[in-house]
Parts: sequence; C-alpha cells; structure tokens
Amino acid sequence: MKWIIKMFSSTIGQKFIMALTGLFLCAFLIVHTLGNLQLFKSDGGLAFNTYSVFMSTNPVIKCISYLLYATILLHAIKGFMLLRKNKKARPIDYAVQGGSANSHWTSRSMGILGTILLLFIVVHMYNFWFEYKFGHVPFTSYFTNMATGETKFQPMSADYVQANKMEEGMISNEQGQFRVVVVKDLFKEVEISFKEWWLVALYVICMFSVSFHLYHGFQSAFQTLGINHSKYNGLIQFIGVWFFSIFIPIAFAAMPLYFFFK
Amino acid sequence: MEKHLNLTLKIWRQKNAKAKGNFEAYKMTGISTDMSFLEMFDVLNERLVNDNIDPIAFDHDCREGICGACSMVINGRPHGPKNAITTCQLHMRSFNDGDTITVEPWRASPFPIIKDLVVDRSSFDRIMAAGGFVSTNTGSAQDANCTLISKEAADESLAAAACIGCGACVAACKNASAMLFVSAKVSQFALLPQGQPERKKRVLEMVAQMDTEGFGACTNTGACSAECPKEISLTHIARMNRDYLMAELC
Repeated sequence: MKWIIKMFSSTIGQKFIMALTGLFLCAFLIVHTLGNLQLFKSDGGLAFNTYSVFMSTNPVIKCISYLLYATILLHAIKGFMLLRKNKKARPIDYAVQGGSANSHWTSRSMGILGTILLLFIVVHMYNFWFEYKFGHVPFTSYFTNMATGETKFQPMSADYVQANKMEEGMISNEQGQFRVVVVKDLFKEVEISFKEWWLVALYVICMFSVSFHLYHGFQSAFQTLGINHSKYNGLIQFIGVWFFSIFIPIAFAAMPLYFFFK
Repeated sequence: MEKHLNLTLKIWRQKNAKAKGNFEAYKMTGISTDMSFLEMFDVLNERLVNDNIDPIAFDHDCREGICGACSMVINGRPHGPKNAITTCQLHMRSFNDGDTITVEPWRASPFPIIKDLVVDRSSFDRIMAAGGFVSTNTGSAQDANCTLISKEAADESLAAAACIGCGACVAACKNASAMLFVSAKVSQFALLPQGQPERKKRVLEMVAQMDTEGFGACTNTGACSAECPKEISLTHIARMNRDYLMAELC
C-alpha cells in the first residue's frame, strides 16, 4: 500500500490521477452527448424521458454515476492542489510574459477553464439533476400506436404522482393497439429552462470552455500517461481536436439553442 | 551590414539573496548589431564600473552555447527571442533601434537568486547526484562491438544527452517544472544498454529529488521544449512518465 501512496503523491503520480480522471470524464462525455442527442427526436420527449429513467434507476449506471461524481471532485481537487504547488514553485512571476511565443494559450489556461467548468457543472446539476431528483417534475403520458408507430402525448395534471418514475402498459380500443407510457417529463423541464436567454447564453459560453479545456486536456492526458509515439499521435490529436474539442461542444451547444429557437 | 542601435535596458537588480530586487533602467547608445547580447552587457558593465556603480552580475562561461550558464529571461523568453540558442549566441541584430529590453533572472523557488541575474542552480546538481549516472565496475574495458545498440536508440539517447542543464525549461514553464531536464537525463541512459541495471532506481530517485527541490508539475504546454537551446523533445517526458509508472508498478 505504501508504494501506491508514494506514487500518487509524487508530481508525476498526481498528474497520472489528473490524466486518468480526465479520460474517464471524456468517456462520460461521449455517453452524455449521445444520450442527449435524443432531445432532438420529434417524439415529444418519449425517447429522452425513457432514457432518463433508465439512467437514473439502473443499478449499474447508478454505481457508475457515483464513481463519476467522485471523479469530478477528485479531478477538481487534484487540479487545485497542483495549481497551488505550481504557484509555490514560481512565487514571483515575470514582469514580461512570453508564453504566447512558446505555447498554446489553452495549455496555459487549464486551471481557469477547469474552474469555469466546475462552476458550470454545479449550475447544470442544479438545473436538471437536482430538479429531476428532488424538485417537482410533472408527468406526461405518451400513446404510441403500435400499427403506425405514431406517438401522441398529453401532460398529466400538475398534482399527479405515481410510485415509479415510469409506468407502461398496453391498451386497445377501436382506433388500434397503443403502448401507453406515463413518465417523469424531464424533456419538458429542458424545454422550459432553455426558453431563458441568459441560461442559453451561459450554456453556450461554457461550451467554449469545454472545447478549449479538451483541446489541450485530451492530448495532454496521453502524454502524461507516457503515450507519445509517432504511430498514434496523429490519431490522438485528431480525436482530441475534432471529436472532443469541436463535435462534442457543438452538439451540446446546439441543445439549448434548439429549444430557444424552437 | 553592421548598424548601431539605441536601446533602453530594464534589468533586474538584486543586491543579494535576501534583498528585495527591482528593475533599473539603463540607456545604451551606439550598440553594434554585430555584438552578442553578453558583449552588450560587457559594455554596460564597463560603463557602470567607470561610474563607480556595482556592475550587473550575470552567469556566463563558454560563450559558445555549450555551458548553459548564461541564464536570462529577455522580454519574457529564456535566452531571448530566437529559438534553439543560448543568450551568448543571441546577437543584437535580433533587436530594433529604440527597443526597450527587459531582462530578468530565471524565476523559480528551486533556483534562488544569488545576485542580480545569477541564480543558484545546484538543485539540478542534486537531481543528477540522486541518479543521473551509471555505476561502472572496475576492470578492463569490453570490446565496444560486444554491446549492441541500434542507430535509432543511440541517436535518441544522444539527442537527450545534448541537454546542457541550463534551466531554460524551468524558466519557460509556467509551473517552473523541471520535467524536461530530468526526463532528458533519465532518457539518455534509459535508451542504452548501459543504463538498464539502474533504470528503475534512477527514475524513482531523480523524480523524488525533483519533488524535494520544489519544482512544479508538468502541464504539457510544450514551452520547455520550444525554449530549449538544444531542442530536447517532449517524447523524453513521456518516456520518463512511462518509466516512472513501470518502476512503481513492478
């Protein structure tokens, strides 16, 4: 055990923690993006709401989500600890800064970009995670015609409650057979929230932070883990720039903009 | 063609390690563009001595880019505005007439200022003493051809060994990290058969000493490599990280 503590308390070991937690958070972002793309489905939110119930009730996902919260905290706390250590290594700064001549500004701004992201995560979790778990999110019933696949939905009354987040069943009448789903309507919550221009602006601005943080962070994590080889540097750079720094922030920023202009 | 420049120098003056330093401005006239930066300092110091003013203390030795002594941050960049050179290789033709040039010492806790622009870099010596060597047993030398080394490994090792320990990597890094220096010294042996017996011990002890000295962590900005007069590559840092992980794990 002693060697593990020694390893992770060394400068390189602490950077390993940053790299491993950072890459885990990148992996989470892939799932989060792909899952949330269901917001764009024109089914009144059935797919997104069903997905939300699955993500918040499945025991495996629940375990991973606790690991995720711990990872976010560890990444942030370790980042602040390293920031303090680095400040201590240079207590008096240069009168003239020449950083722009030798490095990319994103790599020199990971601390401030990360702090913006941490604050954003707090706001984001309050907006949706807290609201979904502890707030009053209304229910909506969805009727899917089994023959045509067409879905119609109807919001339940504001005081409607049910034991589970989602109940489903089948009904038949003269119009055909229908799959009925009554589910907590997080989609509606998203729709209402993103009608506020300042919240949309905040989300879009914060996605720039995601982009700049990952532009350096993704590639940097591999370097920290010792993965720097001409065979795969190109691929790492490509994924880091095009997927994590461009595609993911654009996909996320498109969500509030879509609901605002819808 | 030789030209002459009029310049303003803003130089960090600090009487001793404990004194509070400050910038002093000096007007320089008729500085030849053929002069090296250190020669310009010689001209200034001669004037200061004539005026009974304490000359500016600065480190210098070989004046041909080998010793790594001439530590100065010039306009925010270690060794000045040109890449892959030391201060002694910097010529005044890199500046324009009327320029104000700010000269500061290396700024890092493990490099305490002794006087003016001179810093104590013995922390690098202590890192080297912790593991930057190969232990050799006495006895007659082997035939050189008995030890097989690929051309690529030899080249890479020599590229790492080109590090002159000037400390520009620490000076350039926003975290005052010594990772490029330490990794070059780890790599130069890690790539050669002679370095294998102590490979794990070396990386562990050099990294431990680096931490004891109080250098910062590596954010992989690449500033160190960009400012290195010997263009030491970041691949050495990756190699050291790998070696450190493997040495701790197994």
